[in-house]
This record gives sequence, structure tokens and C-alpha cells, in this order.
Amino acid sequence: MADGRAQVRRRAGLRLWLAGGWLALLVLVAIFAPLLAPKDPLEQDLFAGRLPPFWLTGGALLGTDSLGRDVLSRIIYGSRIALTVAIVSGVITCLIGAGLGLLAGFWRGWVDVLVSRFIDIWMAFPPVLFSILLIAVIGPGLFSIIIAIVVIDWTRFARVVRAEAMAQGAMDYVASARVAGRGRMGTMLREILPNVLPIIVVLLTLEMGIAVIVEAILSFVNLSISTDDPTWGGMISEGRASIHQAWWVLVFPLVTLFLTVLSFSQLGEGLKDRFDPVLR
Amino acid sequence: MALLRTILLRLVTTAVTLLGVAVIVFVVIRVVPGNPIAMMLPPGATGEDIARLTALYGLDKSILQQFLIWGAGVLQGDFGTSITARQPVLAMVLARLPATLELSTFALLMAVLAGGAAALTGTRLRETKVEGGIDIAGGMALSVPDFLWGLVLILLFGVLVPVFHISGRVTPSLDLPFITNFYLFESLVRLRLDLTLDLVSHMFLPALSLAIPLAAIIAQLLKQSLKETMHLDYVTLARTQGYSEASVIWREALPNAVLPTLTLVGVQFTFLIGGTVIIERVFSYEGLGNMAIDAVINRDLPLIQGIVILFAVLFTGVNLVVDLMYATLNPRLRHG
Repeated sequence: MADGRAQVRRRAGLRLWLAGGWLALLVLVAIFAPLLAPKDPLEQDLFAGRLPPFWLTGGALLGTDSLGRDVLSRIIYGSRIALTVAIVSGVITCLIGAGLGLLAGFWRGWVDVLVSRFIDIWMAFPPVLFSILLIAVIGPGLFSIIIAIVVIDWTRFARVVRAEAMAQGAMDYVASARVAGRGRMGTMLREILPNVLPIIVVLLTLEMGIAVIVEAILSFVNLSISTDDPTWGGMISEGRASIHQAWWVLVFPLVTLFLTVLSFSQLGEGLKDRFDPVLR
Repeated sequence: MALLRTILLRLVTTAVTLLGVAVIVFVVIRVVPGNPIAMMLPPGATGEDIARLTALYGLDKSILQQFLIWGAGVLQGDFGTSITARQPVLAMVLARLPATLELSTFALLMAVLAGGAAALTGTRLRETKVEGGIDIAGGMALSVPDFLWGLVLILLFGVLVPVFHISGRVTPSLDLPFITNFYLFESLVRLRLDLTLDLVSHMFLPALSLAIPLAAIIAQLLKQSLKETMHLDYVTLARTQGYSEASVIWREALPNAVLPTLTLVGVQFTFLIGGTVIIERVFSYEGLGNMAIDAVINRDLPLIQGIVILFAVLFTGVNLVVDLMYATLNPRLRHG
């Protein structure tokens, strides 16, 4: 058994390093995008449209799209939008969802009834349709995407944190904290919160991956930011349409998106194993 | 008695949830800043034209009034008229529903078969490299959502090795003798296997992209319950009676381990149905989800409402069926 555990831990460690490495690289690329991008991501050159990638004859870098815009530069600048959405919407969703879940799970009573009712209603919406609907209502743009993700995904945190807070609330240490004279609010923040924090961190990591996907889906259906701006989803959408003429317009942003989403979820799963007391 | 009460209680909560969905959708789409009526009319339209059309669609009344009128219609099966297509919403939605139902059922079947096979193989060959391989593949499958699998599959089996169709539901030039919109089902009933083949080769990739994450979840959970069951006394007893390992797993462990997986499949099936929205878009599949996205882009309020409500009915309906199935199958709940 001890060997198995060590093996799991080693594999989890490698996974964490690979995933973290890719994401760290992405953060650097996003920060230094103007220095790294070989071309202006918006610059069109109709005479250099649909050039293949560099290893094919007449190729340039990772190729160009139908308007002659450089695919590599657009991927590099696209990382800025993807990471902004991931971090900002992830953190806001986490604060709201985990906060409501904590209140519902620990205070119970009418707060719990209300939050649980809303979670039920939210679960009856197809999330993709819901997000598209919200964007259509608030209008496209970076800000709208973030709002849409927060409005739709807070239940992910609320559900898990509520159940966890409920389980923690029933434990002896909470009762002793209350007996020792700690108030309800104090117990919630000082005793319950630290114990549900690991799971919140895991959920936050997973949520960032989801946010990246949602942004890509919204750009894919042309409801994200203006179609000029470089987004991975927008590039994928164009690549899908011209797949038989220029596969590289689809492949490179898709691979980038794939690795990013995979990294967030592997990081989340790896952290989950790390925090798991049985494995530790 | 207890069972009856559970059923009644679930029906009431389901009704409340659906009402909640209806209210939220109704309110949300009515704060749309753009005027959908103005978008319908040609550029030369006067203010009077706009007012007349607005009144025609009832958009000049208060939100509460509009909701009551709409709700009364819905209870009589009238979901209003689509603004862009100028046809009854219910007829439009019902015409597309079979395409989406066939796609999601096909995907569910694939997921159950693939996930079940992986779980059984993993249990038979537990603690070997094969089980490790299944676990790693499952982890990958789960880490990436259906949207990305769809695009990856398009590249692999639509472009690199073009064996499947990547757009549409059926080859447009084919002459379809169908009277319902359940094409796949009807082609099987009519024994038009040439059409079945064409439909399946269109449906295969979108269904597979929906099935991959679900198959991984099924494999994970079923394998776990199977392995737990394998340690129970009655399984050991069956083994000492000389049954082979494979038949012990299949005949003794599986029936006992399948219940938790069944419940999970039900819940996950609703996620799969939700996934059809974007997958249909990726594969230009003529279903409900594709129509929904168009409706949102065109701001066709009555149509959006109808589709979202229908999806909500599907979601809550599946959950209801799963709960009831669980209540009847689980002896502890039945006698509780």
C-alpha cells in the first residue's frame, strides 16, 4: 500500500509540474505579448492570406488566416483575453459562490432554503444556452463574458461548499469553539472556512479552466469580443469554416486551448490529491 | 405510501423549478436593450409601424401582463409565434426536437457501452498496466469538455482520415421518405439501412464528442463499485464454486454494483443534453441547440423562451425519472 501511495504521489507531482509549467509559460506570454509577437495581431495583408506554416513551401511562422493576419501573433495576444477571463471571473465566481455556500451550509434556515432553491433552478438551465442568452442580453464584450460566467457558475462553488460546511458544522470542534465563547460569525470564518479552503482552491482552479472554455465557446459563436480582436475561440471558429482550405487556422489555437484547459483541470485534480489527507 | 409521498413531493418541486425557469428567462430576455421589432422591419419603417408591430406581439404591455398572457397560452399548448420565422414556436421546436433526442440518445448509448466495457476490462485486469492505462485515458477524457473533443474529432476523422461527415444531419441530396422527424429511428423501422448508414456517419462524431467525458465518468464510478463488490463474501463464495473470474464479475458483481452508476448516468445525461447546444453548432447539426443559438443571435424572444423551457422540461424530466427509478429500485428507500 505504501508503495502505491508513493507512486500516486509521484505521478500527481509530475502532473502538477507539467500543468503549472504550461500555465506559468502562458502567463509570461500574456504579460510580454508585445515583445514576443512577431507581427501586429490585427494587421491584415490580403495578399498574404492563408499562408501555410513555416515548414511548408511559401510558409511563414504558423501561417496566416484568410485576411492575412499572423496566426502565431493572434494566439499570443489571445492568451491575454483567455487569462483575464479565467482569473477575474474565476475569482469573482469563487467569492460569491463560496460565500453563499458557506452561509447556506453553516447558518442553514431561510438562507439555505433560498440558496438551495436557486441552485435547483440553475441546474435546470443548459449552461451553454444560458451563457449565450445572457451575452445576447447584456451585449458582447469582455465585461459581459465575465458577468455571464459569474451568474452561471456560482452554483458550482455554492453546492460543494454548502455540503462541506454542513459536514464541518456537525463536527465536535465546531461545538467546542461555540462553547468556548466564539460567536456564530467568528466560528464560520475562523473554524469552518479554513477547513473548507482546500476544496475552494481546487474548485477555483477547475473554474478557471471552465472560464477559458466558456470564453472560447462564446467567441466561437461570435458573441464574445469584436471579431477583430484575437481570441482563441474566434480563431477556431474561422478555422472550422475554412478547415479544408487552411487547417492551420484551426489546429494551432485548438492545441493551445486544449493544453490550457487540460492544465487547469490537471492542476485542480493534482491539488485535490495533494490536499487529500488519505493520500498524504 | 412513503414512495407515493416521495413521488408527489418530487412532482411539486419539479413544477416550482420549471416556474422559476420560466420567470427568469422571461424577465432576463425582456431587459434586452435592443428592440427586436425594429430589427424586423426594413430601414424605412416609421415609428407608427414599429408601434403597431410591437402591439401585435404584445410587447407594449407590462412584463407581468406579458407573462400572464404567455403563461395562459403555454398551458393551452400555445408558445407564441417566432418573430423571425413567423411560425408557431411549438411546431418549430417540436420539429427540431427529434434530431436532438436522437443525437443525445445515441451519445448516451455510446457512453454506456464504452464506459461499461472500460470498467469491466479494468476490473478483470485490475492492478495491471491495462487498468493504469484505462485510468489515465479516463483522466484525459474527463479533463477536456465535449466542445474541444468535437473539434479534435473533426480534425482527426473529418480531415486527416476523412471517414465521417462533419456537417449536417443527413446528406442533403438524399430523398427522404420519412413522415416523422425521428430519421434514424424511422430508417431502422423501414429497413432503409442505406439511409441509416448515412445518418449514423453524420451523427457519429458529434455523438462521440458528447460521449467521451460521460464514458470516462461511467468507467470510473462503475469500476470503483465493481472493485468494492469483488471483496464481498458472496463474490468469494461464487469464486470458490468454480466460476471463472469473468463470469463472477459479469453475473455476480455487476448487478450489485450498477445502481450507483445508474443514478449518476441520469444526472450526467442532463449535462450531455446541455452539451448538444454547442456540439450541434460545431457540427452544423440541425437540432434544437443550433436553432437556439440562431434564435439568440436574431433576438427571437418567443422562440428563445420556448426552447429554454423545453430544455428545462427535458432536464427536470430526466432528473425526475432517475429519482423515481432509484426509489423503486433501491429496496432501502422502497421500504423506508
